[in-house]
Amino acid sequence: MTALVVDDNMVNRTIHHQLLDNLGIENVAVGNGKEAVDIHCSGKAFDLILMDMDMPIMNGIEATRKLREMGIRSMIAGVSTRSMEQEIREFIEAGLDDYQEKPLTVSKLISIIRKIN
Amino acid sequence: MERNPMRRQLQVMRKSLFDQGYLDEQFVQLEELQDDANPNFVEEVVTLYFRDSARLILNIEQALERKPFDFNKLDGYMHQFKGSSSSIGAKRVKAESTLFREYCKSGNGEGCMRTFQQLKKEYATLRKKLEAYFQVARQAGPMETACRPK
Repeated sequence: MTALVVDDNMVNRTIHHQLLDNLGIENVAVGNGKEAVDIHCSGKAFDLILMDMDMPIMNGIEATRKLREMGIRSMIAGVSTRSMEQEIREFIEAGLDDYQEKPLTVSKLISIIRKIN
Repeated sequence: MERNPMRRQLQVMRKSLFDQGYLDEQFVQLEELQDDANPNFVEEVVTLYFRDSARLILNIEQALERKPFDFNKLDGYMHQFKGSSSSIGAKRVKAESTLFREYCKSGNGEGCMRTFQQLKKEYATLRKKLEAYFQVARQAGPMETACRPK
C-alpha cells in the first residue's frame, strides 16, 4: 500500500509520515494541494491520500475536487482541525471517502485503512 | 519500580508534565511512534515544533503591532499554531490558542493581547520543561516502551 500526505504543516507531515511508516505503508509528503495534483500529473498513484484542509496555494477542498475531476479514485481521507459541520460537509462533498479530526492517531489511521481494505 | 536513578528521575519529570497539564494524550501517541529505527522521534518532532512555531509567534506579534487588528489574519496564524501545538500534545498552549481564537472571532483586541501574553508564558515554560526532560532522557538512554500517564 502507498500513501500521500498533503499538509502544509511540517510537524504534521512528520507525524503522519511516521504513523504510516510504522504501519509499513510507503509514503510521500507534499506541502499543499497543488503539489498533490502535480505529483499525480507526473504519473504517480497512491492507494491513500491524507488531505489537510487549510493549505496555501491550493487548499484541501480544491485539491480533492481537482483530483476527482482527473479521475483519481484513491481513498482520500480529509484530516483537519476544523470542527464546524458546514466546513466539513463542504470538504466531504468535494470527494472525500472519510474524514478524521486532527490530531491523527494510530487508531484513526487504522479505521481509514480498513475502509480501503 | 525503576531502579536506574536517571530513569526514575525521567519518570518523575514525565508524570509531572502530565499531572500539571502541560501535556496530554497526544504526547503519548508520539511516544508510541518512537522505535529502534527512530529512537529520538519525539525529541525531533518537539524540536521541529518549537522551531516552526517560533515563526508563527513572530507573525502574530507583528500582526498585533498593526492597528486596526486584522482578526482574520490573526485567527489564521493562530489556527496553524494551535494545530501544531495540538499535534505534540501541548495542552496548556493549545488551551490559550483556543481562547485567543475566540477573542479573534468576537473582535476583542484586548482579549487577544492579554491571551497572547499568557500563551507566550505557557509556551516558554513548556519549552524549558521539555528541554530539561530530553536532556535527562538522553543521559538515561533509550526507553523500551512508552508509559501511559497514571
